[in-house]
Amino acid sequence: MPSLKDLRNRIAATKATQKITKAMQMVAASKLRRAQAAAEAARPYAQHMDKVLGNIARGVVGLEWAPKLLAGTGRQQVHLLVVCTAERGLCGPFNSAIVRLARERAGALIAEGKEVKFLCVGRKGFEQLRRQYGRQILETVDLRAVRVLKFEHAQSIGEKLTRLFAEGAFDVCTLFFSRFKSVIAQIPTAQQIIPPVFSAQEAGNAGGAVYEYEPDEEDILAELLPLNIAVQVFRALLENAASEQGARMSAMDNATRNAGDMIERQTMSYNRSRQAMITKELIEIISGAEAL
Amino acid sequence: MDNFHFDLVSPERLVFSGEVEHVVVPGSEGQFGVLAHHAPFLSMLRPGILSILGPGQPRRIVVGGGFAEVAPEGLTVLAELAVPVEEFDRSQLLQEIKDTEEDLVDAKNDALRDKLRRRLDQLNRLELALGERGTRA
Repeated sequence: MPSLKDLRNRIAATKATQKITKAMQMVAASKLRRAQAAAEAARPYAQHMDKVLGNIARGVVGLEWAPKLLAGTGRQQVHLLVVCTAERGLCGPFNSAIVRLARERAGALIAEGKEVKFLCVGRKGFEQLRRQYGRQILETVDLRAVRVLKFEHAQSIGEKLTRLFAEGAFDVCTLFFSRFKSVIAQIPTAQQIIPPVFSAQEAGNAGGAVYEYEPDEEDILAELLPLNIAVQVFRALLENAASEQGARMSAMDNATRNAGDMIERQTMSYNRSRQAMITKELIEIISGAEAL
Repeated sequence: MDNFHFDLVSPERLVFSGEVEHVVVPGSEGQFGVLAHHAPFLSMLRPGILSILGPGQPRRIVVGGGFAEVAPEGLTVLAELAVPVEEFDRSQLLQEIKDTEEDLVDAKNDALRDKLRRRLDQLNRLELALGERGTRA
């Protein structure tokens, strides 16, 4: 049976842990506010981009000179999965959920006889995929030193993707990230970016205006497509950042509450054993007095 | 004169959104002005200064690459970079000019050299435009 001192130490330790989780929760909450604002600020750009690109693409798809970034290589053999995760743990199921989705997709593709390659953005995803798919991971992008996510970071990833695509390293590229829905709900999402998929709903309201292009469509597309990839990566990273903080916040909230429950239980057992000792001592004194 | 709606968006945020009378945009094939009821039009941008003109405070904004879309609803400029002239860091631009010059020396084929030369020209022109503003102010 643990002594009273042991019990006291244990309660102190749990309290210290609770303080840490509480602090982490509050830090996550304040970071979340900023990350969420950034994710929302980036939405108009991505939406406009999608719309404009969709408009041009519809006119071009099927034409002979359609760029490969838009039309695809015509094959579906090699798939590149870009798995975006966080650099840090302690954020509940956030990282595992993204990795699980990517792993399921990889399993399905391999079962179909396709080839799968990975590109990991963020250390956590790499660590989880390394064991199973170590040799298929082409590259890992480390964003640990990054404090505020800038467009340049996404741009360098985008350039990497375009370069790999140009070298013929893959046919289809899919982005895995977690869409931020609310603090308690983050949805792991897969989005195909090469060749891009345009939603059918936009197709309906687009056909109105006929545009003039300057320079011509071909040059614009050549510029726009790599840019679009960077934009999509950027959006995914921002959504991810917000999701990560949200997930961490709720995970740490749970941890704090659990620590509270634990402290209560430990205090109870501490008080019990204290009372038991007092009673025991009293009995000893009384029985000693009676024996006289 | 009629007003129209103008959005200036960078990947990081919505820089400007509101009703304006006249906007001058640095297109890749030359500057162009947009007034209300402009024909639908899509153009790439070169690095340069975008001016919002008309009554009220005229604003000048440095934009990097990207594109402008004129639709019946108004003008939308998607710029990779959009910073008001007052906040723009010129040393950064000078650094980029230097980098591009170095790249030009290292460039291997004509197509790349051509592209870099055009970019350098655009950057220099932007630098010049910023310089003019500096002496006037």
